Amino acid sequence: MTRVFVSRDMASVALGADDVARAFAQAGCEVVRTGSRGLFSIEPLVEVETDEGRIGYGPVGPGEVAAVLDGSHANRLGKVEALPFFASQQRFTFARCGIIDPLSLSDYAAHGGWRGLEAARAQAPQQVVDAVKASGLRGRGGAGFPTGIKWQTVLDAPSATKYIVCNADEGDSGTFADRMLMEGDPFCLIEGMAIAAHAVGAGHGYIYIRSEYPFACSTMRAAIEASAHLVAPFTLEVREGAGAYVCGEETALLDSIEGKRGQVRAKPPLPALQGLFGQPTVINNVLSLAAVPLILSKGAEAYAAVGFGRSRGTMPVQLAGNVKHGGLYEIGFGITLGELVNDIGGGTASGRPVRAVQVGGPLGAYFPPSMFHLPFDYEAFAQAGGLIGHAGITVFDDSIDMAHMARFAMEFCAAESCGKCTPCRIGSTRGVEILDRIIAARAPSVMPAQAGISSSQEQRDPSLRWDDGGLGKALYSRSPDRIDVSIDAQTSLLRDLANTMKYGSLCALGGFTPYPVLSALDHFPEDFGAPAPAKEAAE
Amino acid sequence: MEAFIEAWTARHGARRDGLLPLLHALQEEAGYLDDALVPAIANALNLSRADVHGVITFYHDFRRTMPGRHVVKLCRAESCQARGGAEVETQAVRRLGVAMGETRADGQVTLDPVYCLGLCAIGPNALVDGRPVARIDAAALERIAAEVAA
Repeated sequence: MTRVFVSRDMASVALGADDVARAFAQAGCEVVRTGSRGLFSIEPLVEVETDEGRIGYGPVGPGEVAAVLDGSHANRLGKVEALPFFASQQRFTFARCGIIDPLSLSDYAAHGGWRGLEAARAQAPQQVVDAVKASGLRGRGGAGFPTGIKWQTVLDAPSATKYIVCNADEGDSGTFADRMLMEGDPFCLIEGMAIAAHAVGAGHGYIYIRSEYPFACSTMRAAIEASAHLVAPFTLEVREGAGAYVCGEETALLDSIEGKRGQVRAKPPLPALQGLFGQPTVINNVLSLAAVPLILSKGAEAYAAVGFGRSRGTMPVQLAGNVKHGGLYEIGFGITLGELVNDIGGGTASGRPVRAVQVGGPLGAYFPPSMFHLPFDYEAFAQAGGLIGHAGITVFDDSIDMAHMARFAMEFCAAESCGKCTPCRIGSTRGVEILDRIIAARAPSVMPAQAGISSSQEQRDPSLRWDDGGLGKALYSRSPDRIDVSIDAQTSLLRDLANTMKYGSLCALGGFTPYPVLSALDHFPEDFGAPAPAKEAAE
Repeated sequence: MEAFIEAWTARHGARRDGLLPLLHALQEEAGYLDDALVPAIANALNLSRADVHGVITFYHDFRRTMPGRHVVKLCRAESCQARGGAEVETQAVRRLGVAMGETRADGQVTLDPVYCLGLCAIGPNALVDGRPVARIDAAALERIAAEVAA
């Protein structure tokens, strides 16, 4: 019986992989459902097991079974790992993803699984923490804090009860690495969490997964059940989010697990000392925890040997948005933005010129192609006024209006603010209003955004005015009639507001929303009614 | 639903951190979280009604009114916008005859915004009754409209 491999990843299913898998099963093939290899332009991908190895075909439709099985299909790709997109990667964390059956314990063990946990359990907790420190692993959720130092703090905290929490609330647009790993290699995350538990002395762990990822939730639940005997006495459970982006912030996430509104806590105390239920807690991103098994099995040096500057190891970069070859590309730090977007990603899907890329999700900066020399490195991006975040790169072509994107950043912050601190809760709404005024002033015909118009109409409505005395005057002193709505005045007001949000917000939601706003304003001033920068005009 | 809450707490315990899982389970069972249930939930977990109300209203997922027979969650985030998501949103509103975030008057379909489904290289994307759909264009919208008409 011919064995074929078809992905069960949510992205592959969205492109029709279930129908394809069914067609092959009906043709009498043994269908193995894997995770995704990570290149979506070839999905649905079918790999056929042959004497020469697994031969890939993609994209494949459900009516094309015969052509695949006799090898005549036009989209024959040969060995998938030999395609340039895959051959140039350094797959550390995603080595098994797309190759194995995600819920097969024997597949996992046959591909190097559990060796990291065995190695860790043969060592004292301090040695495990030292190995993670030596690897140079930094938090892959975005902040880039050294993972080993976080673990040391929890190890040193005196408490009988400690927790491991995995942050799988991957809410940033343009990112999907956590989802792919949980769907494609869930035991790798479980192994990483079990190693963390051994290293710090924790007995129970939580994986907080966003509700927008139903496939990841069910795969992780099944994987936890299947591997319970292997990680015991450590126990694990999945907690499903409820659509609040801010719960990706670690302290809001902890409150959400505790059954509360997902509001950000003030730090200190650090979660490492007083985290979940007030106990010392390791809280790490999926990719940080999933990098740990390899560090323990292959050695910290092997991991640290790859990378750039103080950013060690590999980063699973996600190429998203308007990009020809979108997908997951794991590579050592130091590759440039331009290589990723143009060489690996192949430019835009629409075929139009790249105008901007947003790196790091809704809170990341927009960069123009003139900055494509930037190396992928935490420090280099910070210096350029941006952040790597969770390493999602969203590509936009020249049809994008950057003032609208800046407005969207503020609108998103307003929708998702937890409401605890003023700069974020109120600043984001004021930001939408300012950007509406700028958009209206730069070209009145473009977009009279609904929110801005209706609120100013309300304020102009005479029935809403207090006409008596000082209170009415004070309330009305900020009415749109009295504000200098010129582009210059509004732009400087926007910068002032961004500054307040950046330095006055409690967490990264309000604190980083200025990144997309200000980078759009700085690099694409022509979209905000200002003259284009001389350098770009000369190009 | 009171019996459902009792059975749930008997199986999972009556701890505060069970609130979100309980709310998910209730919504799965009844389709939405009726305000009239708040006292029973608060009572079961020994919380105040204000506390339970605060949690329900904080999270976008929890509904306080019955959704349509079909639910379309359309992504509005940046990566889908980069692939023409705003235009698809306009068309979806027109084709389905319902505003974003609303349920159509005949109760047939609810159109909800969602901020990222993690399918960011193949957008614009949606979840149609929980099933992921990618690369939505006019033809895909026609198929979705036919599906939710049933």
